[in-house]
Amino acid sequence: MSGTILISVYVFVLAMFVGFEVITKVPPTLHTPLMSGSNAISGISIVGALVIAGMGEGTLFNIIGLVAVIAATINVVGGFMVTDRMLQMFRRDTDTN
Amino acid sequence: METRVLIMQLAYLLSAVLFILGLKRLSHPDTARGGNRLAAISMLIAVVATLVGEQIMTWQWIVGGVLTGTVIGGFMARFVKMTAMPQMVGLFNGLGGLASGLVAAAEYLRYTHEKVVEGGVVVSDVPLDGSISIMLGTLIGAVTLSGSFVAFGKLQGIVTEKAVKYPGQQVLNAILFLGILATMAYLTLVTPEAIAAADTGTVNIVYYALWGAAILLGVLLVIPIGGADMPVVVSLLNSYSGLAASAAGFVLDNNVLIISGALVGASGLILTRIMCKAMNRSLANVIFGSFGQVAGKELIKGEKRTMADVNDVQPDDVAMLLAYAKQVVIVPGYGLAVAQAQHKLRELCDNLENRGVTVKYVVHPVAGRMPGHMNVLLAEANVPYNQLYEPEDVNPDIANVDACLVVGANDVVNPAARDEPASDLYGMPIIEVDRAKHAVVMKRSLNPGFAGLDNELFYGRNTMMLFGDAGDSIGRILEELKQL
Repeated sequence: MSGTILISVYVFVLAMFVGFEVITKVPPTLHTPLMSGSNAISGISIVGALVIAGMGEGTLFNIIGLVAVIAATINVVGGFMVTDRMLQMFRRDTDTN
Repeated sequence: METRVLIMQLAYLLSAVLFILGLKRLSHPDTARGGNRLAAISMLIAVVATLVGEQIMTWQWIVGGVLTGTVIGGFMARFVKMTAMPQMVGLFNGLGGLASGLVAAAEYLRYTHEKVVEGGVVVSDVPLDGSISIMLGTLIGAVTLSGSFVAFGKLQGIVTEKAVKYPGQQVLNAILFLGILATMAYLTLVTPEAIAAADTGTVNIVYYALWGAAILLGVLLVIPIGGADMPVVVSLLNSYSGLAASAAGFVLDNNVLIISGALVGASGLILTRIMCKAMNRSLANVIFGSFGQVAGKELIKGEKRTMADVNDVQPDDVAMLLAYAKQVVIVPGYGLAVAQAQHKLRELCDNLENRGVTVKYVVHPVAGRMPGHMNVLLAEANVPYNQLYEPEDVNPDIANVDACLVVGANDVVNPAARDEPASDLYGMPIIEVDRAKHAVVMKRSLNPGFAGLDNELFYGRNTMMLFGDAGDSIGRILEELKQL
């Protein structure tokens, strides 16, 4: 096993722990926005998709890249926007009137 | 390291840090909106860094893809109904999985489509671990894709909400899964040789078959899960979409993908665990169990109940009860959202509060079709989030509550979950409205709930049943209240 992949595994495991620590105390009220927001974050694959779409290695890769970019962009743009739309509806009692 | 690659890597680091800070803020109502924006900015940084740092040869596919995706995603986000949020999140999950899977696919095909020549000899340059990442990325991406689309179909009503079961189902799934693992191992071992021999036709076909099998597995895994368990499935698929992104990160050796994917994976797992706990079931039981599937299951206490056993009331009776109550607890369920009655309910509660009645909304964690769904629907109807309570906040004092208004909820108020060890619901935390002074249940009919089980509450001595569409009923109670 090469050194790079081992470092990647370290990064992955540590990031999982960070994720658990950061998110554990989220109140039930925010579960849906948390899910749609984190869902948008999982669209980070767009980074890989852009590289494929831009590498100019022939039709097959252009098509794969295009589909991947479209899918990831819907995921990212739609996810963040709908989360924002939901969160702007949440308000406290004191904000009334 | 080339300067612009260094800049790209530092930008990725910044992006990963901002994702973590954004998620942290997402966990409090006051900071959540800012947190979401921070995460969006962080995504933009990662995208710009990639476009600047990577060798982009052609731009038309990138521009076309981003524009198309932005228009479609923006349109959906702007116009989706809040009731349809679970299926949209499901759909987005699936698209995220697709993107991650395609990243792995492109990487695989890039190896098998080119021969690397060194000193005139065709050699393999597929490192074994790289190939394992590609296989895992393909599997997780494809399962997330098809599983999410089936969940979308179930929530949207395109695919049956019922659990689809047949004999030998789990054996078939196990065989398919083992077959997939074997194929992954085969490709990992054989691909380098095939590339070396410049004969990659076979492995490419096997790789495409792997995609097909993984997609089939996703379908078969979600098809047997019933509508009542969708909150768990959506949470689990959310976690998968994160893991798929992480796998793509392993493929590309890109840390920002690995980190953000792991964060989402963890978040999805936490939500999955919370949902399972709220139903008092293990994850294995949700995925493989046969919840509410026992055919013709009668009331556990014995005799079949009928309308004659029910205390059937009219809206004016309910209005009278509510107007002279001190404490009222509202238990909203998905039926409320189906009837689109949230706004009317809010009006009703305003009227009661103006009379000096204390009103609390009690939301069960599995009240909607995804975690926290009911909270969003109530927020849309202008109910302040600090009026929303969790079952354990009100259960201890529920005997002092004058009236519990159950609107479109069923299983989450079923006393069998507390009293009947033989019940499928047994052990699930419930809102104990049967212990309140009065319970008013609004329902269309005596039909069993999502879980397909009868509810002893409907026949209780303190229970009043108000039959009809929840929207109409609330409207009529409100009219009666205004005349009091």
